[in-house]
Amino acid sequence: MKVFKGTVRVKRGFCQMTKGGVIMDVINGEQAGIAEDAGAVAVMALERVPADIRAAGGVARMADPIKVQEVMDAVTIPVMAKVRIGHFVEAQILEALGVDTLDESEVLTPADEEHHIDKWKFKVPFVCGARDLGEALRRIGEGASMIRTKGEAGTGNVVEAVRHMRLIIGTIRKLQNMLEEELMSTSKELGAPYELVVETAKLGRLPVVNFAAGGIATPADAAMMMQLGADGVFVGSGIFKSSNPSIRAEAIVDAVAHFDDPKVLAEVSKNLGEPMRGIDIRTLAKEELLQTRGR
Amino acid sequence: MKIGVIGLQGDIAEHISAVHKAMREENISGEVVWIRKAEQINGLDRIILPGGESTTIGKLIVKAGIDVALREVAQKGTPIMGTCAGLVLLANEGDDHVVKTGQVLLGLMDIKIKRNAFGRQPESFETDLDISELGSRPFRGVFIRAPAIEKAGKNVQILAKFEDKIVAARQKNLLVTSFHPELTDDTRFHSYFLRLH
Repeated sequence: MKVFKGTVRVKRGFCQMTKGGVIMDVINGEQAGIAEDAGAVAVMALERVPADIRAAGGVARMADPIKVQEVMDAVTIPVMAKVRIGHFVEAQILEALGVDTLDESEVLTPADEEHHIDKWKFKVPFVCGARDLGEALRRIGEGASMIRTKGEAGTGNVVEAVRHMRLIIGTIRKLQNMLEEELMSTSKELGAPYELVVETAKLGRLPVVNFAAGGIATPADAAMMMQLGADGVFVGSGIFKSSNPSIRAEAIVDAVAHFDDPKVLAEVSKNLGEPMRGIDIRTLAKEELLQTRGR
Repeated sequence: MKIGVIGLQGDIAEHISAVHKAMREENISGEVVWIRKAEQINGLDRIILPGGESTTIGKLIVKAGIDVALREVAQKGTPIMGTCAGLVLLANEGDDHVVKTGQVLLGLMDIKIKRNAFGRQPESFETDLDISELGSRPFRGVFIRAPAIEKAGKNVQILAKFEDKIVAARQKNLLVTSFHPELTDDTRFHSYFLRLH
């Protein structure tokens, strides 16, 4: 029998299996084990969490493959890793390592300010960040199998993720009320491929899985993103920059599974210790924002 | 007919729409419900354990008390279908991955499973399978970090194999697949499950 690897269905299908789940940033095997024990559906292997990347400055690149391998060896759940926007060779390297999904991420310093990676060329699925529907559909047009909001990574402040999720889902709602002939001019305004605009209008949702990311720090944050229409949640610095990572991680997993049950949310929100300190995004200078990277 | 999809994590919506489509084709009327609480289990005619991350779903069903409720109705004969992670959860024996993670198994089916039997995501694949119970037309199997059945007891009927690994099986009221029928437009597997008696 003929076997087909890396098909659209196999790549998007993997991302569909993470729905209703939490994907956690980890920097070593020990943290990965804590995430797995808490019920994470996958981990994102990094050298530093976004809050530390923000603090360190300089050029942030793909993690050392030995660190990614350490995480892969430590857990049985899927392992994702980040590559710089446009850096297709970092992507080739991590695909060769056997990573389960690549995140072409604005958290790292972009390697190309004009072009993103041609993701159709890869057998491994990609997740990409987006602030609005046009950006989401451009990434899907380039072959992304999963979208996440950009939010503002490493701030512990959910405000930007909320803005981006409301904008993406609100624009889809508008598309659904449009006449066929209005979709062409809308696709021009959005800067998005026409066929994907039509498909999104028909489905009433993105054609791929749509997660929330960038600033989620509490079970309440995670459940709010789910109620706003996210399929699942990425938590970056929010877990391992808090005072009690394993308890907070499990509480966020429970909050995503029971996102519309306030009684469960009240239970899991008790006694979590200190959340990460967080940053008021209005105090950040324009050039300190990560979300404006990529186009 | 009332069908419940265990809905704490995984591709729940995909199963719900596959069941709706199969019901239309089989001319069966009824409803499909998203299950998040143990008290919703009683009164269901059919139950689906979807695909997803088996370690995550295992922890969540135990915390919700759904594991106990599932064992009860399964022993009374309620048909249950498990795909991928659902197959892992229904098994009574697992591999070293299951042991290492303290994976919860419902222990309902006399099978030993191996998680990620075909490798990590870059090795995930789709292929045509011969499943005689579904007729002569091949069934497209979508395998995503898929588990396989390493050993099956004598009460277990083998429905499909791929490269000598068992990838679909039935034990009385329990039906499992390594692959994801809910990711295809072919509803024959869901129809087979709805007709199971």
